[in-house]
Amino acid sequence: MLFQPINRNYHDFSIVRDKDACINCKVCIRQCAYEAHYWDESRQKVMHDNAKCVGCHRCEALCPTSALLIQKKQSDFKDNALWKPEFIKYIYKQADTGGVLLTGMGSPVGNIPVYWDKLLLDASQVTNPSIDPLREPMELKTFLGAKPVKLEFTKTKDGSPKLKTKLSPNIELNYPLMFSAMSFGSINFNLHVAMARAATELGICYNTGEGGLHKTLYQYGKNTIVQVASGRFGVHRDFLNAGAGIEIKVGQGAKPGIGGHLPGEKINEMVSVTRMVPLGSDAISPAPHHDIYSIEDLHQLIFALKEASEYRVPVSVKIAAVHNVAAIASGIVRAGADIVAIDGMRGGTGAAPGMIRDNVGIPIELALAQVDQRLRDEGIRNRASIVAAGGIRCSADVVKAIALGADAVYFATAALLAVGCTLCGKCYTGKCPWGIATNDAKLAKRQNPDVAAKKMVNLVHAWGHEIEEMLGGMGLNSIESLRGNRDKLRAVGLSDTEMDILGVKHAGR
Amino acid sequence: MKRVYPNKDYCIGCHICELACITAHSKSKDLILAYTVERTGEGLSSCKRVHEGGPTCVALSCRHCDEPACVAACISGALQKDPESGRTTYDREKCVGCWSCLMACPFGAIARHPLENKIVKCDLCFDRPGGPACVAACPNQALKQEER
Amino acid sequence: MPATKRKAHEDAMTYVIIGNGVASIGAIEGIRRHDQKGKIVVIGAEEAAAYGRPLISYFLAGKIGADQLALRGDDYYVKNNVELKLGTTVTSIDTAKKAVATDKGETIAFDRLLIATGGIPFIPPIPGVQGADIYSFTTLAHAQTLIELSAKIKRAVVIGGGLIGLKAAESLHDRGVAVTIVELAPRILSAGFDEKAGALAANRLKNVGIAVNCGVTAKEIQRDTKGRVKGVLLTDGRFLETEVVVVAIGVVPHSAIAKEAGIKVERGIMVDAKLMTSAKDVYAAGDVAQALDQLSGEHRVVPIWPNAYNQGYASGRNMAGAKEPYQGGLPMNSISFYGLPTISVGVVNPPEGDPNFEVHALLDEAKETYRKLVFRDEKLVGYVLVGDIDKAGMFTAFIKFEMALAGEAKDKLINAGPEVFLWPEKLFDETWNPAPAKAAR
Repeated sequence: MLFQPINRNYHDFSIVRDKDACINCKVCIRQCAYEAHYWDESRQKVMHDNAKCVGCHRCEALCPTSALLIQKKQSDFKDNALWKPEFIKYIYKQADTGGVLLTGMGSPVGNIPVYWDKLLLDASQVTNPSIDPLREPMELKTFLGAKPVKLEFTKTKDGSPKLKTKLSPNIELNYPLMFSAMSFGSINFNLHVAMARAATELGICYNTGEGGLHKTLYQYGKNTIVQVASGRFGVHRDFLNAGAGIEIKVGQGAKPGIGGHLPGEKINEMVSVTRMVPLGSDAISPAPHHDIYSIEDLHQLIFALKEASEYRVPVSVKIAAVHNVAAIASGIVRAGADIVAIDGMRGGTGAAPGMIRDNVGIPIELALAQVDQRLRDEGIRNRASIVAAGGIRCSADVVKAIALGADAVYFATAALLAVGCTLCGKCYTGKCPWGIATNDAKLAKRQNPDVAAKKMVNLVHAWGHEIEEMLGGMGLNSIESLRGNRDKLRAVGLSDTEMDILGVKHAGR
Repeated sequence: MKRVYPNKDYCIGCHICELACITAHSKSKDLILAYTVERTGEGLSSCKRVHEGGPTCVALSCRHCDEPACVAACISGALQKDPESGRTTYDREKCVGCWSCLMACPFGAIARHPLENKIVKCDLCFDRPGGPACVAACPNQALKQEER
Repeated sequence: MPATKRKAHEDAMTYVIIGNGVASIGAIEGIRRHDQKGKIVVIGAEEAAAYGRPLISYFLAGKIGADQLALRGDDYYVKNNVELKLGTTVTSIDTAKKAVATDKGETIAFDRLLIATGGIPFIPPIPGVQGADIYSFTTLAHAQTLIELSAKIKRAVVIGGGLIGLKAAESLHDRGVAVTIVELAPRILSAGFDEKAGALAANRLKNVGIAVNCGVTAKEIQRDTKGRVKGVLLTDGRFLETEVVVVAIGVVPHSAIAKEAGIKVERGIMVDAKLMTSAKDVYAAGDVAQALDQLSGEHRVVPIWPNAYNQGYASGRNMAGAKEPYQGGLPMNSISFYGLPTISVGVVNPPEGDPNFEVHALLDEAKETYRKLVFRDEKLVGYVLVGDIDKAGMFTAFIKFEMALAGEAKDKLINAGPEVFLWPEKLFDETWNPAPAKAAR
């Protein structure tokens, strides 16, 4: 192509415009944040540059005459079992730029199994009755936090029993679901408002992520988990006391071993004030917490936060699912955490080096099963709740996660999909055409919190109904009865080792 | 009365309301024909206009004021206030194209027809079963029709 | 909606409106916003129900038919419970007894009276002006006469280069009459427009063949032995042969009847903030009234259409007990000359050399466009647009709402044109997106 780098034409997408339907109304031009569509003055019509298309489908979604189709470019390299096209393009790109390959949201490569798809649920037949959730009560209420080993009672003067055991603070959820950490800055204010409102309406929690909490959102504190990460962005006493729980973010499933990275492009006035960082400067969280080099250090931080919040809220520690996850989780619980959140390698991110995203960490299913088992084996399972995160796609994944030992799950990518995200993975550019991962005033407007909150609420309601149906089918009337109940799971096509790790039998057994 | 209220905080400047408007006011009721044939050939144009200034944008049209300046200024009686519906009505037949309303309306809600000595003004899609087309078409609910 | 203070057991109010122009229509609509029951009597001297007076030039030009003149629908008066007495002139007002007498011998009692008699053409004392072949152009009857006449005559002289004169000239020209305009001022449209806008309009008229003579006026209208007009002698010595003279110098308030009733009259009938005259329960509105002018804060006679309606409306509301002051009028005119639209609003000819005013004018003769903005105290107080008038209303907003324009906003208004985002945030929100009412009304 004229005046362009030699590999520019190896782009990923083609924009197909139906000439009969296109009326040159320019809606696509106005919607594309990457200027792939443009008005050609000399031809007096809308034209496009395929090489600029990131495959976000915004134009396709909003085209009023359905004249647009976004397709993978139909251009193939010679088949090569080793050199898949992605790797070839990576080389070209790095040969041009000399830089780390930055990506967001989801991996195009890898043959790492999605174990959710290899697990099947049970249902009651004859010997025990299934339950119809439309006719009978079904309990999804979940409490997160430490539970006592035993309950002790005393008798009052009139002889009635009174609880003697002091209970730890717990987070009460109407569903075993929470919106996982997405910082204010990585996604914009409108979506934080939407998540806060949706969580409040649903009686669940959302997590602030590591960017602090905007003052106007303190009113939703009962449904907020505030996060403290290695960068300590936006952390102060009011912040720590604003929520129903505090989470120490040690690691993130999409990029274990490295800290959060918010490009300066996304740091506007509001983000800057909330994060307490200069306007327009990159907000880079250090890879480690510089005050945590041991379980003992973590113990200190957990209790520092408990002190700061006067022991009113549980403290969670979130780690990426990595090789020794079970031992680490045990240490975390012993260090005093009330909740352990495990984030699998398929978790979303706004910005991560592609190599780390695709090659570091382990899948959540294996990590979750091992953590639950380890805490049980050590007799400390009651001391902390387990929250599974990283790649929860549907209500069946939720049910399977709980059967593998989770108390609740975090989900974020699904919530973003609910408000329009198409996983184009260009979050790090700050130009998200869906108005999600952007703080550009003109783009961020595309998320009307009224609309977004409604969609998130709808999604959780839908999942809730489905979870109830699946529970009922298994003859259970409470989510409690499913937790760690691996007998309700069977594997298909997994090796003995995998089934051993997951603690499930093969289907048919 | 229920009026259409635009929210500039969530107007995304897509101009889809304008397309909905011309479709609703077209003969064909078909966007493609309305935009390509009736717009260019007969001057069909939108009652709604998206105003843009930097990152801010908002879709404005007739407010159907309680005491409209356009009705006061109309020399032909084409613009009148309908006491029952509350609408500011426009009778195209009576309009002589004197542009007095265009001058008097401080909300810039009246436009000249591109081809004829007539004006273009929002009628709240009074005869459209689903209510105003712009409201129905707005992809971000930045336009609301409600009682305030 | 504020209700009237009248108690339910009292009889319904009787409103009498003298005059059946647009102020009268405004009054009916203003009254009916508050009082659905009261009786309204409209007494009109003309034979027609309220019509669009400015439409008579369209009618004379043959652009519209007689059936398109009515300002409101056939059922309007019935629907609004208005008794209409046409072809009837009020001969006297008794403010003490609260009654008016008509030339039909009727005496009509009122609780509230509105004098909306409008203006009458001003005929200057030119020798020869009295007699045959002299016409004015302010009523439907005048237009009908000129239509009949235009078939018989070849030439006409229009004295007066204001809006009425120019529209009369244009309409007669359309009827095939050779028209010459004579204007005393150095330019046409001297009242509402400035020099450059006037020149653009004059060029349009000249190009279609209408002769425009400025800086001169009629010294004498000469007549033949039969008393018929044969021509007009101008102050510069030229003689224009013509069969007909249309005098269109302007209108003066038709206030005689008020004066006779002892109501205070200066240039027009004096009214207070609620448009009530010096006589209790007697109101005045429209071209006959000397009412508040928004920009000067003074009481002036500004005989323009929107003011007449608005004053009528405001007086109607106040007669019905609303107690809301009249906001004040804004001079504004919109008129087209052979397809060249012109609009002028507010102060367009600030006193020369007055440092309080700042003028920004932009003329493009090739495109026949002109834009003049007049500022006072960092506020827009007037503008003229010729050719490109599409943003007129948005300019009007800045005058009407008296928006302060600090540095950058003013530059934007001057360079990029009026935009709603230049409005103060509060005004914008109240106008376009007011907070939903919390409590049920």
